Amino acid sequence: MAGRVLVAVKRVLDYQARVRVKPDKSGVDLTNVKMSMNPFCEIAVEEATRLKEAKLAEEVVVVSIGPKQAAETLRTAMAMGADRAVHVQTDEEVQPLAVAKLLAAVARQEQPGLVLLGKQAIDDDSNQTGQMLSALLGWPQATFASKLVLDASAGKATVTREVDGGLETLRVSLPAVVTADLRLNEPRYATLPNIMKAKKKPLATTSPQELGVDVSPRLQTLRVEEPAKRKGGVILGSAAELVDKLRNEAKVI
Amino acid sequence: MLAAAAARAGGAALRRVGARGLHWSATAASAAEPAHSHSHPLSANEDFDLTEDQRQFQHVAETFAREELAPYSADWDAKHHFPIDTIKRAADLGFGGLYVGEDVGGAALSRLDAAIIFEALSWGCVPTAAYLSIHNMVCHVIDRYGTARQRGAYLTALTSMEALASYCLTEPSAGSDASALKMTARREGASGDYILNGAKAFISGGGVSDVYLVMARTGEPGPKGISAFLVEKGTKGLSFGKPESKLGWNAQPTTAVMFDDVRVPSKNRVGQEGEGFKLAMKALDGGRINIGACSIGGAQFCLDTAREYTQARQAFGGPISQFQATQFRVADMATSIQASRLMVRHAAAALDAHSPTATMECAMAKRFATDACYRVTDDALQLLGGYGYLKEYPIERYMRDLRVHCILEGTNEVMRIIINRELDKLDPK
Repeated sequence: MAGRVLVAVKRVLDYQARVRVKPDKSGVDLTNVKMSMNPFCEIAVEEATRLKEAKLAEEVVVVSIGPKQAAETLRTAMAMGADRAVHVQTDEEVQPLAVAKLLAAVARQEQPGLVLLGKQAIDDDSNQTGQMLSALLGWPQATFASKLVLDASAGKATVTREVDGGLETLRVSLPAVVTADLRLNEPRYATLPNIMKAKKKPLATTSPQELGVDVSPRLQTLRVEEPAKRKGGVILGSAAELVDKLRNEAKVI
Repeated sequence: MLAAAAARAGGAALRRVGARGLHWSATAASAAEPAHSHSHPLSANEDFDLTEDQRQFQHVAETFAREELAPYSADWDAKHHFPIDTIKRAADLGFGGLYVGEDVGGAALSRLDAAIIFEALSWGCVPTAAYLSIHNMVCHVIDRYGTARQRGAYLTALTSMEALASYCLTEPSAGSDASALKMTARREGASGDYILNGAKAFISGGGVSDVYLVMARTGEPGPKGISAFLVEKGTKGLSFGKPESKLGWNAQPTTAVMFDDVRVPSKNRVGQEGEGFKLAMKALDGGRINIGACSIGGAQFCLDTAREYTQARQAFGGPISQFQATQFRVADMATSIQASRLMVRHAAAALDAHSPTATMECAMAKRFATDACYRVTDDALQLLGGYGYLKEYPIERYMRDLRVHCILEGTNEVMRIIINRELDKLDPK
């Protein structure tokens, strides 16, 4: 039994929303844009919920770091099956290291047997938080999980990871940090009755100050730009012409 | 391994398909040029419009619409396929008994909540959302007017959509003049059973549904002689016509339903004898909100699609969205949709509040929203030009689907009769 499972969730730009860069290039414009739970976090919540349903976990606690509206993302996670939520409320920019420190502080309070995260968030695509959290806690990590099997009696988890060469299987001692890849599961939808029930589940609010974590940025964003617009292709007359262009124009061969 | 590589690429792939989308993309029918996403005329971040609960309901319905309905709806239309598996999945989320009590598996939401949900669902597939609205209308009648036995016997199966329901009021020769219906329910002296004879027409879900809410004459001519009954599929003497060939709403079957000495026990009568018409009309107040909401979702899809198209389509040296003729049309479309949305939601709130103006507001909202939103689909078709006329693009389908909303749940002419009558009642001159 992993006891308590802690799941980190992030509120991000919806995956179908059109991304607009602010005119001053300081970041992505989030005004009037649909926001949702990061899809990889949905997978992590689903996995934790399944562990609880399989009686391999006693309690699922979700945690999110962000502004007031992050509470809605926590409600969604509770509607999917999490038991209670911790909201670390801040309007400041929180970078992966700060997030990892905050999560480590929450983990020390909650004493989970397992921390589940998405492998990365689709807004910044950093793919750092889980790894840094594992280092800060001194717990083993298994990232990009496509399969998770808990061995309750041995206090271990067997995790199949998607790596470049194929699949790698690791065995880690609990407590551990596992990050979810796309194929770990197919997350459920929150049902209407569960959305109503989620309102009654406890949601505790805390802050970086209360957790004693300095979240001041260590990285400075210089400029955010849209990718270059794709230009129309050209049809070439011959293979020789193609080779010529690759060599002299694109300079790739 | 290609898929794995795409997954490792991470955000970019997910931004296109979503966590669930990638699993299903292999089986998804290729709907040509679906609109990119819901546009949010009212910010999801601002609290003044919807409550947090309503935003959550809306989010679930929108996600279901874009992942489970929109990719397939063109195929369902072409093949005249009634997506019963998808409908049952919708019921798993609570869409089968939106405003039915929780004790029988309902979600116990308000009419306003339901209007928000139907709008979101119809963005992905109008006829599927509309079928759900009809099913919900019957569920409501049983929940509100049914006996404890009827609630227990039917609603658990109906809210989970193990059983589907149809609403049977219209007859071949009694549509707008519904209280002139001819179908009879004669009470048999000895058993107390009712013997139903006659025919119903234009029944959504006919032949597929398991439970039919049937209005039949038990007494005098006119509205006061009508009673309501629940008739189960498989009852002796109950039969169905061939599926009608229709302009739109092809993802759900429409048939005639025939009653030839169909015996119905008195315990299956809903409400008192003579209450059937009143109850049928009350149900339609809510049905009108839902059909209005379904028009809004369909129109919003067309606006989203047209805006994307006009920004991409080049003519006379630039995107056609830069022409004022396009901009004015798009602005008018968006305004029509917003006005419809406000009227439908206000009418829903009036019904929730049992306002004396509710019947009038429901009729006004249905009349306005279904007309205005149908015109939006026509405008969208014009903006897409020749492509809009092709079945490869979705606009003509939404136009065909929305056209019938001006006719059913009471024609828009009947809506005007109701508005006049209610005006005279509320504010006599």
